Amino acid sequence: MNVAAETRRELPNKKVRRLDPAAIVGVMSRDINLFRKFWKATTFSSIVEPTIYLLAFGFGFGGLVASVNGVDYIEYVGTGVVASAALFSSVFAGMFNTFIRREFQRTYDALLAAPVSVEELVTAEVLWISCRAGIYCMAPLFVAIAFGLDPLWGIMLVPFVGFITGWGFASFGVLISAMAKSIDNFNYVTSAIITPLFLLAGTFFPINELPPAIEWLAQFNPLYHCVQLVRDLVIFGLGWIDLVHLAALLLFAVVMWRLAIWRQTKQLID
Amino acid sequence: MARAARTSSFIVISVTPAISLRGVVKRFGDITAVNGLDLEVEPGICFGLLGPNGAGKSTTMRLLTAQAIADEGEISVLGFTLPGESKAARMEMGVCPQLDNLDVELTTRQTLNVFARLYRVPRAEREAAIDRALTIAKLHDRADTKTSELSGGMRRRLLIGRALVHQPQLVLLDEPTVGLDPQVRQELWTLIDGLRSDGVTVLMSTHYIEEAERLADTVAVMAEGKIVAQGHPTELVREHAGEEVIEVYGPPLRLTEVTEHAQSRGWITRRSGPAVAILRAETLDGQAPDGERRAATLEDAFVVLTGQEIN
Repeated sequence: MNVAAETRRELPNKKVRRLDPAAIVGVMSRDINLFRKFWKATTFSSIVEPTIYLLAFGFGFGGLVASVNGVDYIEYVGTGVVASAALFSSVFAGMFNTFIRREFQRTYDALLAAPVSVEELVTAEVLWISCRAGIYCMAPLFVAIAFGLDPLWGIMLVPFVGFITGWGFASFGVLISAMAKSIDNFNYVTSAIITPLFLLAGTFFPINELPPAIEWLAQFNPLYHCVQLVRDLVIFGLGWIDLVHLAALLLFAVVMWRLAIWRQTKQLID
Repeated sequence: MARAARTSSFIVISVTPAISLRGVVKRFGDITAVNGLDLEVEPGICFGLLGPNGAGKSTTMRLLTAQAIADEGEISVLGFTLPGESKAARMEMGVCPQLDNLDVELTTRQTLNVFARLYRVPRAEREAAIDRALTIAKLHDRADTKTSELSGGMRRRLLIGRALVHQPQLVLLDEPTVGLDPQVRQELWTLIDGLRSDGVTVLMSTHYIEEAERLADTVAVMAEGKIVAQGHPTELVREHAGEEVIEVYGPPLRLTEVTEHAQSRGWITRRSGPAVAILRAETLDGQAPDGERRAATLEDAFVVLTGQEIN
C-alpha cells in the first residue's frame, strides 16, 4: 500500500472552505447529542424562569396597574418577558458552556485538532444556542395567551426575533467566557451587565418612566429593541420604527459574534 | 532532501515529506519552547520525537495542527503550508493528544460519530468508519458506554480510534502511552506498529526510551526546543554512546572517585541510579575500572545528548 508515499496535494472530495456547513453541523451534532440528555433540565429552567417572572409581575402589579399603553398588564409583561427568555437561555449557555468546554473538558482542543476553525466552532455553538432561544422565547407568549392575550399573526415571527436576540447574547456570553480568568468572574458580568439589561428593557415598565438619562441609555439595550419588536409583532402591529429595532438587534448580533470569534481565537490558538 | 540525506542512511525517495519544519521558533512570553527546529519526516515511517519533559515536543505537535502559530520559520504538513492551509492538512491527519480530551458526556459511538462528521466522512460511509474505529479501539462491546465510565486504557484506545476514524495519511501521537500500565502500553504498541504496516505516517512524541526504540524507524532527540540528534535508534546509540558501557557499583564516595578519574582521562560518564556508567568502554583498552559490561542503550545516548537522566 503506497497511498502514504505519494502525498496528495489535491483533495477532490473534501472541499476546504471558510465557515464550512459540514464543520458547523459536526460541532452542533455534539451539542444535539448532549441536549438529548439534558433537554429536560434546560427546557425546565428556560421556560419556568420567565414564566415565574410573568406570573409574579403579572399578578403582583396587575392588581395595581390595570393597563400600560392601553394593554392589559399581563399581556404587556407576557410580550416583554419573551426578551428575558431569549436572554436567559442564551447568555448563560454562552458563558458557562464555552468556559467549561475550553478550560476544564478541553473539548475545544480536540475539535480544533480536526479540520474545524475557531470561527466555525464559535459559530456552531452560537447557532445552536440561538435556535434554542428562538423556541424557548415562545413560552411566555403561550402563558399570556392562556390568560387572554389575543395575538396578531405577527406572533409567527417571534421565534425569528428570539433567534437574533439569542445570537447576540450567546455571542456576548462566548466573548465574556473568553475574557474571564475564572468562572467566578462571571458574577461581575451578571450583576453589572446582565441584570441592568434585563430590568431596563421595557419588560416590566415602559422606559419612559425612567429618568431621561437612563431612558436615553436604555435605547442602547438590545433587549429593549427585542421587547419593542415583539410587542409590535404580537399586539400593536408593525411600523417603520420596527426596522430600527431589527437593525439594532442585527448589529448587536453581528458585532458580538465577530468579537467572540476574535477573543476565543486568542484563547484557543497559542 | 539534502537534510534527509544527511541525517538518515535510508535511501532517499524523492517525495514530498509528510512533515517539514525549517527554522521554527515558538515563544511564550520569555520562554522559547521551540528554538530553531528543523525536522523532516518521510512518508510511511514511524518517527519518534524523544525528549525530556519541557523539551518542546507538545508545542511542536500543536504547531503541526496550527493550534499554535510559529513566530518564525516554515512549516508544511502533507504538502500544505501552515498555518494558511492547515485545515486542508488536518483533513488528512489524525491527532491523539497527550491530555485526555474526550467528551465525558458522550458515548463511545457518539464520540466517533461527531469526529467522523468533523473529518467529513460522507454520510454513506460513516457507519462503516465508526465500526472500523471501534474495531481498532477494541471497544465494540463498549460502544454505548459513556466515555467517563471507560477505564484509562479504553479511553486511550478511544482517543486513538477517534484519530483514525477517517483513515488519515498522517497520525500525530503525543505521548500515547503516558500513565498507562505496562500491559495496556504493549497493546498500544501493537496498534501503532499496525498503523505503520498500513502505510500511515506516524509522528510520535514520547519520553519513554523503550517506546521510541521499539516503534520508531527514525528517532529525533529533542532538547531545549531543537533537535540535537537524529537517526535510526541503533545508529544513534553507536554514534553517541558507543558499543559497550561499564557500570561501576559502589558507595557514593567510590562513585565520585571513579567519576573524577574517568573525567580526568576524558571518558564520558553518566550516573545511572546506584552506579556510574562509563560509555564507549570498547575504546578504553582495558584501562577502565572493573565493573559490569553491558551493551550501550538508547538511554545512554539520550543522556549524553540531553544531559538529562530519565526516570
